[in-house]
This record gives sequence, C-alpha cells and structure tokens, in this order.
Amino acid sequence: MRAASIADVPGAQPRLAPWLFLSPFLLVFLVFTAYPLVQAMVLSLQQTFGPQHTRFVGLRNFQFLFSDPLFWTALRNTVVYSLGSLLIQLPLSLGLAMLLETPGLRGGRLYRVILFSPSLVGVSFAAMIFAVIFEKRTGLLNVALHRTIGWNLDFAWLERHVMPALIVASLWMWVGFNMTYFSAALKNVRRDLLEAAEIDGAGPWRRFLHVTIPEISPVAGFVVLLSMIGSFQLFELPYLLLNSTAGPGNRGMTIVLYLYQTGFENSDLGYASAIGWVLGLLLIVMTVFQRVLVRRSEAA
Amino acid sequence: MRPATLRNSGGVTPRVRVSRTRVATAHVLLLAASGLMLVPFIWLLCASLRPADAFFQDLFLPTRDGHVAFDLLTLASFERLFDMAGFGRSLLNSIFLSSTTAILGTLVAAMGGYALARFRFRGSKACTVLVLAAVTIPGPLLMAPGYQFLYRLGLLDSFWGVILPAIAPAFGVFLFRQAILSAVPQELLEAARLDGSGEVNTFFVVALPLVRPMVATFLMIMFLGTWNNFVGPQVVLQTPEKFPLSVAIAQLKSTYYQDYGLQMAGTLVSIVPVLILFMFLQREFVDGLAAGAVKE
Repeated sequence: MRAASIADVPGAQPRLAPWLFLSPFLLVFLVFTAYPLVQAMVLSLQQTFGPQHTRFVGLRNFQFLFSDPLFWTALRNTVVYSLGSLLIQLPLSLGLAMLLETPGLRGGRLYRVILFSPSLVGVSFAAMIFAVIFEKRTGLLNVALHRTIGWNLDFAWLERHVMPALIVASLWMWVGFNMTYFSAALKNVRRDLLEAAEIDGAGPWRRFLHVTIPEISPVAGFVVLLSMIGSFQLFELPYLLLNSTAGPGNRGMTIVLYLYQTGFENSDLGYASAIGWVLGLLLIVMTVFQRVLVRRSEAA
Repeated sequence: MRPATLRNSGGVTPRVRVSRTRVATAHVLLLAASGLMLVPFIWLLCASLRPADAFFQDLFLPTRDGHVAFDLLTLASFERLFDMAGFGRSLLNSIFLSSTTAILGTLVAAMGGYALARFRFRGSKACTVLVLAAVTIPGPLLMAPGYQFLYRLGLLDSFWGVILPAIAPAFGVFLFRQAILSAVPQELLEAARLDGSGEVNTFFVVALPLVRPMVATFLMIMFLGTWNNFVGPQVVLQTPEKFPLSVAIAQLKSTYYQDYGLQMAGTLVSIVPVLILFMFLQREFVDGLAAGAVKE
C-alpha cells in the first residue's frame, strides 16, 4: 500500500531512502576525513611528541617553517621536479597521443595498452626496479647510454642527480597515463576545422598551433593541473629510491617527504600538520590560478 | 554535434598517399616508444631469472663466453623468496586488503552516487558540493591528524586502520553519480517501485546492473590503488606480519640489500597480479580513466 501511495503523488519520492544510501559515505567521510581535517588545524598550532604529548605553540610552527632551511630545500626540489615533469613529460604525452590518433593507424589499442601499463605499477615496485637501473657503472641506464652515446658510466643518479633521476622514473610511470587524456581530447578536435585550415594552405605545424592546441586546451589545462597537484605531493618515489632517506645532502627532499620525516620519524605531528597546511594552500592557489586562466581563455 | 561522416570525409584519393607515409612514421615512433616502455619489464623478468651470484655480469639474459646461455636461467630467486615465511604472508595481506577495500569502497561509492543522482531531497545539493569539495582535499594533509586519530581509536597496527579511512572515495561517488544519471532512467526506478520493489531491492536489482561497466572499472581502480598504496599501511601498520607487499618490498630491500635477484623476484611477483587483472579489464579501465579519473 505504501508504494502505491507514493506513486499517487507525481514526483514524490521516499524521504529516508536517499539518506540511507548516502549514510555509509557520510559516516566514513565525517569520521575519517572531515574530523582529521579539523584536527589538522588544531595540531598545526601544537608541538607534539608522538600522538599523546602535545603543547600549544600558537602560530610558531608556521613562523619556524618560513625560516626552516630544510623546508625551503624541500620546496625548491619539489618545484624543480614539478616543472621538469611538466615540461618534459606532458609534451611527450601529447606527441604520443597525436601519433596514436594518426588517421588510418591500425593497432592503436595495443600501443595504448603497452604505453599505459607502467602506470599500473605501484610506486614501491617501480622504485625497486629503478634503484637497480640507476646504479652507477652496472645499472642498465648508464650502461645502455654508455654503449650508445658514450655516456659517463659513473654518472651518479641517486647520489648527486636525484631530481633528474626522479623525472626519468616518473616519465616512465606517467607518460602513457597522461597520453590517454590527450588522446581522448584529440578525438574531439573538429575535423572540419582542420580540413578548412588545410584548404586555406596552413601547413601541419600551423594547423597544430592554431587549430589543435586551442581545441584541446581545456583538457590540456586539466592535465597540467592534475600533473602539478600530483607532482607537488611527490614523496614515495624519492623516499624509496633513496633507502628511506632524503638522499645525500637532502637532494631528494620534497615537501611531503619532509612532512613524513617530521611527523613519523621525529614524531612532531604538529609541525607536520603545519607543513600539510602550507602544501594544501599551495595546491589551492594553483587550482584557483588554473580556473582563472581557463575562464579568461573562454571569455577571449 | 558533429556528423560522424565528417570523420571519414578525409578519404579522398590524393590524400591516401600522404597519410600512408604518416601512418608508417607513426608506427615506427610508436614501436620505439612502446619498446622503451617495455624495457624495464623485460629487464625485471630477466633480472629475477638470472643467477643472483653474477647479477651484474649481464644486463638482460645470462651469457657464457659471449653467448646467451638459457641453461643458466634459474628459479632460485623465487625459491628463496617463498622460503621466507614473510613473503607469502605479505602477498595474502595485499590480496585481503585490496579486495576488502575495493568491494566496500565501490559499494559505498555506488550507493552515494545513486542517492545523489536519482533522489530529490533536502540537502542533496549540499551533499553534491561536499563530494566535489572532498575530491580536492590533499591526502598528505590528513596523514598526521589521521595517525593521531587512529591511535586514539586503537586502530593503529590493525587492518581496519588501513581499510576504514579508504572506503569513502568521494571521487567514486561522483563517478557513480555521473554513470547513474546517464544509464539508469528514472522511469525504470518508478516502475520498480510501483511493482512493490523496496528501495534497497531497487538499487541492487534494477540500478546497479545497469552501471556494471562502472562497477568493474571502479573495483579495479580501488583494488589497484590499495595494492599500490605505500604510505597508508607504512604509517598505520607496525607488525611485519601485517605488511602488504608495497611495504614488505621496501623491507626486503633494506634487509637483503645485496641479494638483487631476490629483490627483483619479489618485485615481479608483486606487479604481475595487477598486470594480469588489467589485461582482463583494460578496455573498461582505460576508457573509464580517460573519462576523467584522477591520478592516485
């Protein structure tokens, strides 16, 4: 009888059911995300030693943070890595996607699967592989480069050139992943625009610059943002490649690695939360900046 | 809406010749790129089958007097690996953690997405905004307070401490909301209600089967994310018997730092299950991600 009475009123729906379906999400979210988020604010005003011993220090964590040379090292390394990945990886991803979308190409599916597959390998496992590949003298990378272009066998990837090593390893992990976004975007480039440009005598390069790039720019902006957000949270790759350290001279120190060391090796969860908030703020600034850029280009 | 015929209108005769060279060039470059991407996999396979005592003597297959010697290939590294009681245990831990998190997380996300997509209720807008905002919360920010909270709950060093915080994926709620909006017609649900089907029954029997591809994709995303997650179990778990592979493998590296064969065998065993799973689901998975998934 209840079911019939609901159907009698057009558009009327059970009132409790949606909350029943949402409640598991809301419950777990409130307990394990929202509450810790509030706690992160409280913690960032405290100095702690382990989870039990806390002391209120006000804004001194943030004050200290800005004069903490290690934090600036971490920030600089993170920025270097992010820009390096952005400038090297994303153009390659786009290039691969354009090759995949070549009209008349067969076997694209297989290439796609192969190029995508490294992104399935967890960072712990990728770090295991690359730790050996990056070895001096005996590692695959130096030996292969030595045999082909006379590269220095003693090039110390993990001792001195940590950021280039991280960029190379993450290139392998993510270039195919980002390619799938570009590939989807290229499928939606209007064929008639490209053909009109060709009829007007535009060469491939000008067609790329003036038709393809504007057509895919919304997706490209999204990929750039995702890539920056991901890069700014870099932690596990250096941590594991460098045997649970930040590397010699802290050359592999990143913001989240510093957060981890502070919170879980030095047991100062308060200072770690302050670092977390600064990271969160940086990410918010980037996101807003990207939104503004997108809006401006849409208005233009 | 672009007419589909425009896509094929490029097949005019004079252009075919030009695009043939373009196709050939694309093949060459894509083959080279695919080859480079496969090198670490092939290297890993060879490294775990090479005799460990002469690990660095060869790059790929073992050689004797300058010739490839297949008879030198050995499973000894795998035998050492599984002789250690800990490793098989870690494999089981990974399977348990990943499947439990994937099933619970997918269920929670699908139910949440269903509520947001197919019910009009007070607060539904606020809930949608909450879900979208939750997607943007950076994980590292929750590390320290999350740890403290799990300590207070007494969930440190327990599997539930790893699983519970991971089963409310806001992004999944959003994905399921979109999938249900496009694949589950409101009229069908009303018809089911008219037939006297209860709400829970309607969800499981009518709505969920219509978004089966999303269920498969999201199970895979969650399984993979948990399998590959290092920092969660690293922070929460303390007893080595509870470590999943992602954490155990790093331990292997520090404990057996000279036994590269063992390390590479362990790495191979850790990545092969997800690669196989991916082979079965790759169509749904790649397309699902291209539809707008977030890099974990």
